[in-house]
Amino acid sequence: MLLRNTFTCALLVLGLASLMRTSALAADGPAPSEATVRAAVVEALTKQESAEQVAAIRKIPADAGPIAAELLTLWKEGGIYLHEDDEGKITPVTLTGEKDADGKQAALLLLDKSPFKDAEGKPILIDPAEVSGAETDSNIRRAMKDLTDMAALSNPDLKIRLRAVSDVGLELNLEKLPALLERQKVETHKEVQKALEQSIALTQLKSPDDAERIKACTTLGNIGSIPSQDALKTLASEATKEGKKDVAAAATAALEKIASHVKVVNTAGTMFRGLSTGSILLVVAIGLAITFGLMGVINMAHGELLVVGAYTTYVVQCIFGAGLTLAPFSQSSLTFTIPGMHATGATFSVYFLVALPCSFLMAALVGIALERGIIRFLYKRPLESLLATWGVSIVMQQLLRLVFGPQNVALESPVWLSGSWVVNDIAFNWNRLFVIGFAIIIIVLTWAVLNKTPLGLLIRSVMQNRDMAACMGVRTERVNMLTFGFGSGLAGLAGAFISQIDNVGPYTGQNYIVDSFMTVVVGGVGNMIGTVISALGIGVVDQSLQQILGNPVLGKILVLGTIILFLQWRPQGIFVTRSRSLES
Amino acid sequence: MNRPFQRRESIIFFAFALLLVVILPLASSIGWISPFTLNTWGKYLSYAILAIAVDLLWGYTGLLSLGQALFFSLGGYMMGMYLMLMIGKLGQYKSDLPDFLVFLGHSQLPAIWKPFYSFPFALLMVVLIPGILAFIFGYLAFRSRIKGVYFSILTQALTYGAALMFFRNDLNMGGNNGFTDFRFILGADIRSDGTKRTLFIVTAIVLLGVYAGCRWLTTTKFGLIQRAVRDSENRVLFSGYAAANYKLFVFVLCAIIASLGGSLFVTQVGIINPSEMTTQKSLEAVVWVAVGGRGTLIGPILGAIGVNSLQSWATRAMPDYWLLFLGAGFTLAVLFMPKGLVGLPLQLRNAFVKYKARSAADEDAAPIPSAAITIKPTPSPSSSPSAE
Repeated sequence: MLLRNTFTCALLVLGLASLMRTSALAADGPAPSEATVRAAVVEALTKQESAEQVAAIRKIPADAGPIAAELLTLWKEGGIYLHEDDEGKITPVTLTGEKDADGKQAALLLLDKSPFKDAEGKPILIDPAEVSGAETDSNIRRAMKDLTDMAALSNPDLKIRLRAVSDVGLELNLEKLPALLERQKVETHKEVQKALEQSIALTQLKSPDDAERIKACTTLGNIGSIPSQDALKTLASEATKEGKKDVAAAATAALEKIASHVKVVNTAGTMFRGLSTGSILLVVAIGLAITFGLMGVINMAHGELLVVGAYTTYVVQCIFGAGLTLAPFSQSSLTFTIPGMHATGATFSVYFLVALPCSFLMAALVGIALERGIIRFLYKRPLESLLATWGVSIVMQQLLRLVFGPQNVALESPVWLSGSWVVNDIAFNWNRLFVIGFAIIIIVLTWAVLNKTPLGLLIRSVMQNRDMAACMGVRTERVNMLTFGFGSGLAGLAGAFISQIDNVGPYTGQNYIVDSFMTVVVGGVGNMIGTVISALGIGVVDQSLQQILGNPVLGKILVLGTIILFLQWRPQGIFVTRSRSLES
Repeated sequence: MNRPFQRRESIIFFAFALLLVVILPLASSIGWISPFTLNTWGKYLSYAILAIAVDLLWGYTGLLSLGQALFFSLGGYMMGMYLMLMIGKLGQYKSDLPDFLVFLGHSQLPAIWKPFYSFPFALLMVVLIPGILAFIFGYLAFRSRIKGVYFSILTQALTYGAALMFFRNDLNMGGNNGFTDFRFILGADIRSDGTKRTLFIVTAIVLLGVYAGCRWLTTTKFGLIQRAVRDSENRVLFSGYAAANYKLFVFVLCAIIASLGGSLFVTQVGIINPSEMTTQKSLEAVVWVAVGGRGTLIGPILGAIGVNSLQSWATRAMPDYWLLFLGAGFTLAVLFMPKGLVGLPLQLRNAFVKYKARSAADEDAAPIPSAAITIKPTPSPSSSPSAE
């Protein structure tokens, strides 16, 4: 209890600190008060000529904060009305929106948001149809945009600020340089600092001073700024034309540096995507590594066990959400409805955690039924177990189709799976990271079950020497059943996982079956580590080939070819289970 | 079963030949059988050729290839290339080029297409292309002694890769849609009843030829070694035979037989596309063999015709449930009928004899425990435990 309290306190303090930091950020420098900004905007609005108005807008302080942007947007959208009294005095007002019988509305002064009254204190009502709204032309709008861009530089919202800083840099406009330099002095956030450095250097490329340009080139090269490549190329060609060799050389050197940085980023990205593709293979194949690798059963219905897991996830999601109505076998008399809990937000998001064990159990039960009903008669006839389970896979596909319909079902993946985490220009997508994390969990789980539980001990003993295990009193039939159930359950887990990243339909399993068999065969049958290595290897090779060939299908075909050739070299896979028997 | 043709068998063979080559086409030209029915039967016969190829590999040599559909469709594609060029300017774009090539923006025929104007060349390719592919793949696979389920999985991967390739447009093989809308074969209108009848006769003759050839092959010493490889490859090896060469020969032969079936299939069905090239299709052919009875040559033919006619009836009568029955029926056939329909009479007779012996024993001995009566699937000799 004490511990938790301390923890909460710490959290609170942290939160407060960050709050104070943000407010400090916003208040950095001599930021003008809201009143001054409003006055400046009113000043601009009351000018008669467009040129005068532009000049007035330019006078509005650039670090005015969000209020200036808000007012200018209102102006642009025609939300400000100009009331002209008998003496020709113009008063900018906004309408309250409360209409009286004549359609007239009360107004607020733009200057200080107080109600608009005449000299006697009576409110002045305005008919929007009669007064003119404040107008804009292209010059005014450009001036406004410049101002809002500048204002965004000091926006307290990190994302807006970062975006604004990068955008200003890409304009290559020397006039914006002072504002950027100003901002650099007060900026504290690291990411924005980096963006500022890049934007300043980019802008300085336009500088008349050669030394400054060379310095900017060096900076851009050092930070490996990918967006500056175009600007640097232009600079290099221009400088060559002008005969300024040192500038051109600096630009070329910077380009080379950036190119090598891009190469590193691409390679790292490919490796990462390869790892995540491999993780998908691994998750899908791990169940097969047990049923095929350890037990020697060719289960062509493995893909369908996967789909059973995926549909279980779907049902669980529907229970958490709006419920589910099914009419199996297209018979309306069989229609039944599963009520939903209509959960939203975080409660809804946890459905996946509930779905995981459900998928495991469901697929394991189907697997056990399959083992008891069919496979146990065929342990000595592996080719026939392949055929019989293929028959089962057709039946299961049809059943799923008849129950859930031929269309893919829609699963909502959790919000936290979208988006990515960018480090040094390398984007790590959350869903790919999730894939890798999930694969690690599954592997650890499988390893633990096989090596740290009594069941695992029995499984290993029966798989190593069935007869001896039977002599020692192990009920091998039961162990077979449980092993197959465990493998099938893992397929179900994989299905729950697939449902988050792929479509789920009755035939989805077919997309994975060839890949998973390949993975197990390449890894070496009966070897978990082999499966892990082969899955990750195939994933990385696949993604690299895709990167090189620029075509996913050709890459896939080449991978299949490579596998066939690889098995020439190592017919038993990466890891060979050695035994003295002539035929395993 | 493995002795040379006996008289009775010869008579049956020629009776069937007469039926297929003469009587059915005659009946169709008189009008007793509709051209559509004859055409459908022609399709079944080309499937039967594929089934024999699967059986010669699986039933006689113990190699379960999931790539026979690939060879079947390769034959189909080779014939299809010839037929596509024979359309001439009758296509939608009124061009000498096949429609899909015009659609893809080609202005002239790709070089590999040009020789296919010649029918003999197309026939040669029907034999050569699958033969060479099978030779390369088989050489690699058998050299490194890949067998059993690994062989099945590898052929599955081969088929999958090839299908992926044929689905692509830039292979210039029609991509997703494949070849269709054929008009002429050797100058004759491919859609006319007369041509269809001729094609049926040709298919029947090829089927009979393939049957007779395989029947002869399995009775030779070669056939004996083939079955020895199936039952115990190691003993064959230790007796000094190069089992890999035997397997390679059978694999290439079966690829060519399947390819012949495919080329006949295309002329009669009038379409070929990459969906014919899937593992599913290979497994369907395995179903025909398993249901008909593997390790016999008449079984696959019966199975192919039987399952397919059942299928064309059932897909109309109960489209939703047909696949359920196919899958379940096939699983049961594998479990309880290892010898298929052909072996069923013998299986039943054995069961009956056993039952009689048991009831006779029952009468003069104490009743046996009921558990002993549970039916156990009889293991087939082809896959009896071969670990030594």
